[in-house]
Amino acid sequence: MARSNQALRQGAGRRLVVAVPYAWLLLFFLVPFLIVLKISFSEARVAMPPYAPLLEWAEEARRLVVTFNVDSYVFLLTDGLYVSTLLYSVQVAAISTLLCLALGYPMAYAIARATPRLRNLYLMLVVLPFWTSFLLRVYAWVGLLKTDGVINNVLTALGLIDAPLTLLYTDFAVYVGIVYSYLPFMILPLYANLEKHDLQLLEAAADLGARPVTSFLRITLPLSLPGVIAGSLLVFIPAVGEYVIPSLLGPTDQLMIGRVLSDEFFANRDWPVASAVAITMLVLLVMPILLFQRLQGRQPGVGR
Amino acid sequence: MTSRGWFRNGALALGLVFLYVPILSMMVFSFNHSRLVTVWDAANSPTLKWYGELFASEQLLGAAWLSVRIAAMAATGAVVLGTLAGLVLARFGAFRGRALLSGLATAPLVMPEVITGLSLLLLFVALEQLTGWPEGRGVLTITIAHVTFALAYVTVVVQSRLAGFDDSLEEAALDLGARPATVFLRITLPLILPAVASGWLLAFTLSWDDVVISQFVAGPGASTLPMVVFSKVRLGVSPDVNALATLVVLAVATGVLGATAWSRRRERRLAREQRAARGGGR
Repeated sequence: MARSNQALRQGAGRRLVVAVPYAWLLLFFLVPFLIVLKISFSEARVAMPPYAPLLEWAEEARRLVVTFNVDSYVFLLTDGLYVSTLLYSVQVAAISTLLCLALGYPMAYAIARATPRLRNLYLMLVVLPFWTSFLLRVYAWVGLLKTDGVINNVLTALGLIDAPLTLLYTDFAVYVGIVYSYLPFMILPLYANLEKHDLQLLEAAADLGARPVTSFLRITLPLSLPGVIAGSLLVFIPAVGEYVIPSLLGPTDQLMIGRVLSDEFFANRDWPVASAVAITMLVLLVMPILLFQRLQGRQPGVGR
Repeated sequence: MTSRGWFRNGALALGLVFLYVPILSMMVFSFNHSRLVTVWDAANSPTLKWYGELFASEQLLGAAWLSVRIAAMAATGAVVLGTLAGLVLARFGAFRGRALLSGLATAPLVMPEVITGLSLLLLFVALEQLTGWPEGRGVLTITIAHVTFALAYVTVVVQSRLAGFDDSLEEAALDLGARPATVFLRITLPLILPAVASGWLLAFTLSWDDVVISQFVAGPGASTLPMVVFSKVRLGVSPDVNALATLVVLAVATGVLGATAWSRRRERRLAREQRAARGGGR
């Protein structure tokens, strides 16, 4: 890894190997963002076919210089609905990330300290649900959380509650859904980090009289911070834009930003506003994304 | 120490229960007779009624077949591109544009799906206007979109696998006069094959499961299985979806366990061969 292959560094074959994935990612990942950026600054047209504004604008751009229209952004920032939706999405993602961390950290810790044989079994058990359908697993919670669902039935049968609790279509249900779906993304980078710790440090601390809590707080926790950050970002960033979980489990009167983007696009057919929502989300998330990539670059493979 | 051991193992047990109870509950209720998915109808259950309905549903079966085809194509495309990208990032050293490639290859891992979906749809629309390709949206555009986000996962898996091997074998082969393509096919590829295989499975799963990006880039003609399921369960629980989920979970569990066993055996054989080779050389 550190040394690079001299012979592989030369030749046309090498250039081709670089060019193919590069070209794909430029065309299907980078260029699309530039188009979104462009459309977010274009003018909305009513009663046009959905794709017309783009061509219109491109034609104009060739004749005029640049038609810069910030109406969509002004609309987003002055309409309280979008601002509050954005804040709500960030809040839901942040709370879910903390809950995920609170559950995932001790799990990752237990796996990292288990015997090698058990370790592989536990890792497999954590990852297995991830391989099954995300959509179907979120859907499973509908049956559990419904008013006449499994949880309420069990609690009623045990005599713990008299009337069924309202669990589905609440913020709580969204937290549960996000923690449930993203838990492996939290555990894996944490595990990868915790597994590498030198246990002699803890022994030395114990020999010097440190209590387990102290040596955890002063040694293990600081050492595991890169894992904590990587795991938290892997949960937080996609959770902000989460669409399926709030649609199936969340409140109907408070939408998350991913749903609003989709509704602007498909229901209102307002492409500039939908694009502006996407760009606003990106601006909000660009710092966490860059941080994630720096961590990813430093520890290859920790992301998964 | 013991109290903390108790705490963390308790948390692990709790977490695993949390992960598996919803899946098991869904599986159990797939055998329930009542349409009220969550009330066990002891008189008429267990029953295979919903499995019957599932296999009678042309819509679900058709969508499942479409999803399998798209996932197989997307996974294959993602593996080819992701292996190349992983190789470039792990083995080609520094070159101009490496940082951008690395950024582009890992960004889809965390990018919110609505943003990826919207931007790809807008690209397809713009491309069609400028060049006439792709003609409308459907299987082709869904596949391209899936390749794009799945290749990020393959890249990471392949790159980290390559990082685990030093390149002395490859260097030796090159010194002995093998061409780079030969070195890749005879040495690098066999070494990273487990990563390539799990990358393919991962890409297949991600594509087979995707609903948000597909909804953006699918035309009216093509509905993948997750799209059909999503529109069904948005209206509430639906027992035939429980039956479908049970089959998916069983298939996935079998596949993952099988793949793990295969790669473990392969790993062990490789380690044995390497030990033998080293012993023989001395």
